Amino acid sequence: MSTERGRIRVTGFDTDRVTERDDLSDWSEATTGGTESRWRRALRRFRHNRVAMLGVYVVAAMALLSFFARPVTIAGITVQPFSIAPYDPSTILYLEPGSTVGRYDPPTLAHPMGTDASGRDLFSRVLVGGRLSISIGFVVVGITATFGLAYGAVAGYYGGWVDEILMRFVDVIFAFPGLVLALVIVALLGGGYWPLVIAFSVPGWAGYARLIRGEILSVKENEYVLAAQALGARDRSVIFRHIVPNAMAPLIVQASLSIGTVVIGVAALGFLGLGFEPGTPEWGTMLDQTRETLIQGPGGSIPWWATVFPGGAIFLFVMAMNMIGDGVNDALDAQEVGNVGQGGGG
Amino acid sequence: MTLLEINDLTVNFYTEDGVVTAVDDLSYRIESGETFGVVGESGAGKSVTALSLMRLIEDPGRIESGEILFKGEDLLEMSEAEIRSVRGNEIAMIFQDAQTALNPVYSVGEQISEAIRHHLNYSDAEARDRTIQLLDRVGIPDAESRYDDYPHEFSGGMQQRAVIAMALSCDPDLLIADEPTTALDVTTEAKILDQIQDLADEFDTAVQLITHDLGVVAKICERVMVMYAGRPVEKAPVEDLYYDPKHPYTVGLMSSIPRIGDERDRLQTIPGTMPDLVDVPPGCAFHPRCPYAEESCAQKQPPLVDPETGDAATAADDRAAACLEYTGDLEGELEFEVSVEGEDPLLEEGQDAR
Amino acid sequence: MSLRRFIAKRVLLIFPILFGVSVITFALVHITPGDPVDVVVALNPDISPAEEARLRARYGLNDPIWEQYLDWLVGVLQGDFGKVIATDRAVSTVIVERLPETIALGLFGWVFAVIIAVPAGIYAAVRKDELGDHVSRFLALSGISIPNFWLGLMLILVGALTLNLWPVLAPRTALYSPEMLWYLLLPGITIGTASASTLMRIMRSSMAEEMNKEYVTAARAKGLPERTVVLKHVLRNSLISVTTVAAFLTASIVSGSVVVEQVFGWPGLGRALISAVSNREIDLILGITLFIGVAIILANLVADILYAVLDPRIRYD
Repeated sequence: MSTERGRIRVTGFDTDRVTERDDLSDWSEATTGGTESRWRRALRRFRHNRVAMLGVYVVAAMALLSFFARPVTIAGITVQPFSIAPYDPSTILYLEPGSTVGRYDPPTLAHPMGTDASGRDLFSRVLVGGRLSISIGFVVVGITATFGLAYGAVAGYYGGWVDEILMRFVDVIFAFPGLVLALVIVALLGGGYWPLVIAFSVPGWAGYARLIRGEILSVKENEYVLAAQALGARDRSVIFRHIVPNAMAPLIVQASLSIGTVVIGVAALGFLGLGFEPGTPEWGTMLDQTRETLIQGPGGSIPWWATVFPGGAIFLFVMAMNMIGDGVNDALDAQEVGNVGQGGGG
Repeated sequence: MTLLEINDLTVNFYTEDGVVTAVDDLSYRIESGETFGVVGESGAGKSVTALSLMRLIEDPGRIESGEILFKGEDLLEMSEAEIRSVRGNEIAMIFQDAQTALNPVYSVGEQISEAIRHHLNYSDAEARDRTIQLLDRVGIPDAESRYDDYPHEFSGGMQQRAVIAMALSCDPDLLIADEPTTALDVTTEAKILDQIQDLADEFDTAVQLITHDLGVVAKICERVMVMYAGRPVEKAPVEDLYYDPKHPYTVGLMSSIPRIGDERDRLQTIPGTMPDLVDVPPGCAFHPRCPYAEESCAQKQPPLVDPETGDAATAADDRAAACLEYTGDLEGELEFEVSVEGEDPLLEEGQDAR
Repeated sequence: MSLRRFIAKRVLLIFPILFGVSVITFALVHITPGDPVDVVVALNPDISPAEEARLRARYGLNDPIWEQYLDWLVGVLQGDFGKVIATDRAVSTVIVERLPETIALGLFGWVFAVIIAVPAGIYAAVRKDELGDHVSRFLALSGISIPNFWLGLMLILVGALTLNLWPVLAPRTALYSPEMLWYLLLPGITIGTASASTLMRIMRSSMAEEMNKEYVTAARAKGLPERTVVLKHVLRNSLISVTTVAAFLTASIVSGSVVVEQVFGWPGLGRALISAVSNREIDLILGITLFIGVAIILANLVADILYAVLDPRIRYD
């Protein structure tokens, strides 16, 4: 074998020997786990993120506590018999026979968070109070992310005038701050669980739509998508088989950061007295009542516990949710979206 | 006069996957005004070496040991302020990709003149004049009106020229050119190389040219160091390297240069790839790719020695290679041969740019 | 395209968006049962049905919805935003009266956010993964997680009721007097905290991203002091991406004002909106939302222009 280099000639560098001989050492070129899939790697990184895992534990604990706080009955059948909370959240304790409990009792062993304006056990109310806000948070994000994904995918994939019209509508939604739109909707529909879900879903999807459209515009030019189109794949299958999976990462990050925003928004409407009936055990609604006490504390003493605990519960939950969101963001290596979403809050 | 002397430089990176030794026990020197080539595939530690010279290694990297003597003073012992007065002033760098090395939001002229104002205490107007002269000198037409242009308004070749002007702005004694032509097309590459050579002569500047291309080295360098997996494997004056290579890796690199008029069907490349520095093969790092490797190569790491005597090489040695052949540990022989046909090929190659 | 044409095009785009905003709000307010006359009647039981019908006719509440919309739109184009039925005052008068209160509060929140966030973001990016970075990131995470109404209540609890530094409700002396700054402190911090935290997080991440770019190494290789490298080269680049959230921050401060004004009894547009919503004052709801829409769209426009000015690569297309 010989090779010619201008006028320099190298002979005897026989590379076949390398491929033919046995390995001289245990070392091999295939090194550590380059084949691990993106999602598997993200999961591993998330698990190693202590802050994010703390968030998962806190969110799970708060969700479970509120679920098991009082029995759950659906259509007369008790589906969840446990009752962690010591008192019924709506029982006015000083009306009970032989009770020594009054209005705004400070925290004691029997009532670790004290009692509220109507002499109800605050600890029980805070435990149960998570049910509405937390579940609305998850339901709204589920609805808005799904709808926004489909909307943005259609706009981004078809482009042209379809995109133009669809995105102008998104611009209109973005001209409302999410909370203002939700406020108007709830005030007009009246409060309650499903009106709140609607109120936060109406402004909430637009952020996802814009995000997904942008992602799809950048993914669309990739060769594998062009190849799929050239091979005659149908639009729907191109969108859902090829484009959407690649645009998922930022969507998941946005969704995980939005749950906290919606929870704060729901509580804010509760605080404004628009979300639920007064007296409903819901974190924000509980704070609505307490604002009066701050303006003039009964008999000069201020029932700080009625303000600190329900609000602290919201803060703790949203903080844990955002820790998860940051962890998901880091694990998926997505850009920091910095909670730039719609859906109230702020 | 020795301008730069590097002794036993070791640079580690502390990554998630473990400690990576990017530069391992490296020694070499550069004389005033000479052009010194550093050759190797990507990942050989060439760029890390370059950044170490300016103490620009950032987390998670750390210069572990060694000394970098520049004009007799150890750069590693200097205070932050002292090293800053060396950077850009006495040692300057030409980056590989001019497009990313230029700040997109400032004009090209401003980015050159800020260094002049900083190091030479020129006024705004003086720095502007000098910058325009430099831009003109590196071949940017209509330099005065291009001063206020932003990098994206320059073509790739012009961006590289601007980066060269930036490096020369304070008349440095040492110019580190890190793959200065890799991002460019072949015609532009030849022009830029000529220019670096001319300017180095004109400004009497020593150049450390980092490249993966032996052809480029042949064209402008006087002495060469070949690196593999963070270690130097061969050092030689350029003629010796071509006519009498000592290390199998150098030979492999030489046999993989494509040439017009080549009659072979396939390019003779070195089998395999450069190892990931997280997991370097035991013994000689090149052994899995070396046609002459034996059992002992997988066990003993060859020291850099004088190939004639087998004595350990120092920064002062011009000729050194790291192969067990020269320490007497290799049973077989390095069976390659380099033959030269006709007149002096280097001379001729140097004259007609390829 | 020149910068001027780019701006002209963006300004023209405002009108279809505003039209959409007004249609949506108008539709929302009208498809739901109940109108302001119902509220007036509920408050004054001695109003006769005939008088009720006369009121409805007077405010055009019996016309088909599109006719009501057109009437309203024609009015708006002539500068007439309708009337608050309960008090018989012009909507524009109410907005003009409440606006300075909200602007003072929002501006205070904005300035507070920028003053805190920009240096904190730079600091955290420069000291990435050091203690100071961890502390400021933790504070920022807390800041985006804390409900603003609760933060407000807690500030009242501590600042007004425990330390007695502030009255619970600011005296309504004069908005333009210097001591008003002192009374603005608690509501201003409350409204600005979420924005400051968001801005800081974005500042930090965009700075940190820019710090890894090669032009930073190149700037250091020129021998420039680290101060110049960070505050000249890196900052200018990261500000480009930060401007994109300026509009979001405005929206967040506007939302915030609705809640925070309620907490602190601040008589701004946010409180006006809440009372308008509970009293079904259609024209007032429409007027205020339209006004908010204009503010947010203008903030977007300013952000776009700023973006174009800061980034020489933008080609306005």
